[in-house]
Formats: sequence, C-alpha cells, structure tokens
Amino acid sequence: MQTISFSDKLQRFILNWFFLMLVWIMFTSTFAVQEVVIGAIVTMFISLMSISMFTCCTLKLLSPVRIFWMLYYFVVFLIALVKANLDVARRVLSPSLPINPGVVKFKTKLTTNYSKMVLANSITLTPGTLTIDVIDDTFYIHWIDVTTTDPEKAFTEIAESFEKVLLKIF
Amino acid sequence: MSIMEIIGSIFIIIGSIFLFLGGLGIYRMPDIYNRLQAGTKATTLGAMSLILGVGFLEPSWMLKALIIIIFIAFSNPISSHALARANYKRKHFPVILSDDKENMDAYREVIEQEDKEVKS
Repeated sequence: MQTISFSDKLQRFILNWFFLMLVWIMFTSTFAVQEVVIGAIVTMFISLMSISMFTCCTLKLLSPVRIFWMLYYFVVFLIALVKANLDVARRVLSPSLPINPGVVKFKTKLTTNYSKMVLANSITLTPGTLTIDVIDDTFYIHWIDVTTTDPEKAFTEIAESFEKVLLKIF
Repeated sequence: MSIMEIIGSIFIIIGSIFLFLGGLGIYRMPDIYNRLQAGTKATTLGAMSLILGVGFLEPSWMLKALIIIIFIAFSNPISSHALARANYKRKHFPVILSDDKENMDAYREVIEQEDKEVKS
C-alpha cells in the first residue's frame, strides 16, 4: 500500500466530512442547531475512520472549473439516460424485436479507479450498452445492437463523449 | 388541484410507464444480458421519475427524494454489472444473432485465459 502524505489525508478528511454533512443536512432538511451539531460530530468520526478507504480525490475536486464540468457531465448523462429509455421502449414495443447483440471491447485513457467506475456506470445507463467487466484499461461491453467490432470505432460511438468530460474532472 | 400536484402526477405516470416497459423488456428479450439491458435502464429512469413525482406531491420530502435518486443512479448499474459478470463467469454465454460469431464475443478470450490458468 502506498504511503499518503499528511496534507493529502487532511484534504480527504475535509472532503469526506463535507459530503457526509451535505447528505445529513439534505436528509434532516433543517438547520436547527442541535441537529447540525450532532450531525457534525457523527460525520467527523465517520470521516476520520474512513480516511484510508475513500481515497477518491483531494480538495481540487471542489474548484469552480471542476464543478462546472460536473454539472455539464450531469446534463450529458441525463440526456443519454432519457435517450436510452426511449431506445429500450422502441425495441421492446416493436413486434420484430430489432436486436443484434454482441460483446465488444475498447481501451480507455482514464487512469484512476473512481473515474473508471463513473465511466462504467454511465455506459451501463446509456443507449443499448451494458458494462460486463473492466480489466485494467479495457472495457468489455455488451451491446444490444452491434454496429462495429473494431475497438477504436466502438470507443468513439460508446464512450468518447463521456470520457472527454471525465478527463477534465478527475 | 395545485400546479405541484399536477407536475407530480405527470412524473409518477411517466415513471410507471417506464417501469412497465422494463417489465415487458424482461419478458420479451432472448437472454439474460439483453434482459438486464432493458431492466436496468427502464427501472433507473422509472424509479427516479416516480420518486421525483412523490417529491413534487410532498415538497418537504424533496431533498430526501433527491438523495434517494442519487443512490439509485449509483447502485443500479453496479448491481446489473455484477449480475452480468457473474453470469458470464458461470459460462452462460450471450445469444449472438449475427453471422460473425467469432468477433462478436470479445469477453470469451478472458474466460478462456482464466480457465487455462486454473488448469495449469
């Protein structure tokens, strides 16, 4: 296991604390003093204990540029999700069941585990694709309507629009 | 009926339509991977839309509804990925309808490689 510098640990701790506190306030939906104080104490202990587990990112994640790209990613993702559902609806409702399933693979340029996880999840929720496995930088995708088995072309069609944005976030 | 109730009801109707289509997809598709495809996408948007509709009907629940939506968006694809991978490792290979059967199944080589390692 790699050693982590103290400032990294501190940044992770603050980041975890921030997100846990955000979730707590959204769940209680109140700013009453006793709720907030109890939430701060509990989330502080949890984030102290989980420093070595949630090793996603440092405080750079909260810079305005990255937050802008996250919101942009969210919009891209929502559009893809709605398209995916209309696609499923079209395939399921048409009497001839127009599918041509197969498994394709492609390589990604992403390096960190968290960004690969986000990409894999997004691919699963976009039209006609389902992530079967991720081994190092190779993605294995079940595709409901295969148009190409060439890894490069498959990458352009499935993942390029997401990866561009993810490279800017992580 | 207030405007919030109308918006909420519309979201709930959209959600139930997509959930129904997901169920129909699971019934009609030929193998588990295609079923997962239909199931995951339709249930994700269906459940999201339904919960958002509930949030509109009862505005004080809105923030909680948003949290649940985020958790669904993260956990639903992970579970379907785990199911697909486990099925492949149990050697339930996907149905392939096209003629080019060799190139259409890129994950098979990984499984064969693992088999060799187990035997040796």
